[in-house]
Amino acid sequence: MEQKIRVLVAKPGLDGHDRGAKVVARAFRDAGMEVIYTGLRQTPEQIVNAALQEDVDVVAMSILSGAHNHLFPRVMELLREKNMDDVLVIGGGVIPDEDIPGLKAAGIAEIFTPGTATGTTIEFIKNNLKRKA
Amino acid sequence: MSERMALNILDNPRHLARLITMIERQDPARIEVLKALHDKTGKAHVVGITGPPGSGKSTLTDKIIGELRNRGRRVAVVAIDPSSPFTGGAILGDRIRMMRHATDEGVFIRSLASRGHLGGLSRAAAETVRALDAAAYDTVIIETVGVGQSEIDIVRCADTVVLVAVPGLGDDIQAIKAGVMEIGDIFCVNKADRDGAERVVRETRAMMETAIMNGANTRFSGLYKAVYEHTVQQARLRGENVQEDPHGGALRIPPVLLTIAEQGEGVSVLVDEILAHHAMLSDTEWLLKHRHENTMWELRNAVADNLLGWLDNANAHSQLANAAEAVLHKDTDYYQALAQVQEGIIAAGLRLVSD
Ligand SMILES: Nc1nc2c(ncn2[C@@H]2O[C@H](COP(=O)(O)OP(=O)(O)OP(=O)(O)O)[C@@H](O)[C@H]2O)c(=O)[nH]1
Ligand SMILES: [Mg+2]
Repeated sequence: MEQKIRVLVAKPGLDGHDRGAKVVARAFRDAGMEVIYTGLRQTPEQIVNAALQEDVDVVAMSILSGAHNHLFPRVMELLREKNMDDVLVIGGGVIPDEDIPGLKAAGIAEIFTPGTATGTTIEFIKNNLKRKA
Repeated sequence: MSERMALNILDNPRHLARLITMIERQDPARIEVLKALHDKTGKAHVVGITGPPGSGKSTLTDKIIGELRNRGRRVAVVAIDPSSPFTGGAILGDRIRMMRHATDEGVFIRSLASRGHLGGLSRAAAETVRALDAAAYDTVIIETVGVGQSEIDIVRCADTVVLVAVPGLGDDIQAIKAGVMEIGDIFCVNKADRDGAERVVRETRAMMETAIMNGANTRFSGLYKAVYEHTVQQARLRGENVQEDPHGGALRIPPVLLTIAEQGEGVSVLVDEILAHHAMLSDTEWLLKHRHENTMWELRNAVADNLLGWLDNANAHSQLANAAEAVLHKDTDYYQALAQVQEGIIAAGLRLVSD
């Protein structure tokens, strides 16, 4: 049986840059993962429904617009509503240090700020999957 | 777990998503669920969309979903992308173009990676289609890049195949046009906003006409003859005068349409043709005929896969090793060794089946 880690790479919010998200997506692929990329400007509802239909193990969100304090917890809330507590959620992008504890309290497992080596993120995913991939 | 899951997939998309994961992994536990769902399958219209990379298949699928939703149908999509042969990973990008449907409860979209299991992919795709069919989606669309034989195999489980082409592909178009004879029911020239689209349409039509005049055995001519007979019969039953076609429908060619998927232009006509094709299949015996052929083909492939699996087991492996040694030492000739190994492996296979 072939079991692959499936990751949804999502860009919530209104910012129009996805270079970073694409770099991360390629790094995940090169690490042997199956990456479903949603494209720009997704609502939390769209992200969570896509995660559900694609049955992913991980949701990786990147945000540059500054709306993370609203959008990340909203994604967590919707995941809980749909009983998707076994999905590992990580975040990245331009996120001030002082916001990180609040996001973690909301259920985001880890926040990776710009400059984090993709290898670090990949290791984190492999070590923290909530369901056996 | 599995029986309950089977009952639940109708109203719980999460169970459906989980089942598809089991199918992707070819988890033996999927079999019980698929068995329990078998009675619910066979209702969906399965539509294959295939064509070269970047021809606009996903954009077109997005617009087709919208059109079918407007016509009150529930739609599921299986989008297949190749895995990297080096890492086994994949970026599944088809979904990007369809995200506007992500919150529509009447739409279910699933991306599948090819995972290097070439033969197995068409099996996983066919099983996924059956799961979506059982979950009461009226139309199930399979998007796949049409380049190799394995991709062509995937769309075999479709009732209606739309072949997408674009202008400016040069020689590639020859291969695609040859493909329409084998697998295409509707031909769609996308990116009609670009130069040369009308020429592709003309050339495609000319090629199909030539094939028909040369008496080639095409996928569509049998259907068109049956449709003609059906139409004549229906008209007679109504007591209407029939304009007889001396060729009995045999000279009809499939629709060749122009679309601009990005703008949604031509998509409504395309959907009309997709539904019309389904109606033609259902009005004649061809829907069942297609499905019978496809099921036979699927069974044949499953047997072939299982045989290959047996060849890799330890017992067969040691038989092959011994036979090779005997050949090299000239204890036996190659053909006698082959006959012996085949007998041994078939016997082992039969034991496996009866276990
Ligand atoms: N000019 C033009 N571009 C189009 C049209 N339809 C799609 N495109 C563009 O073509 C590119 C590829 O579109 P996709 O829908 O991803 O094509 P695809 O066939 O699904 O691609 P793969 O799945 O990667 O093989 C995108 O940039 C689309 O915006 C069209 O009608 N005209
Ligand atoms: Mg595509």
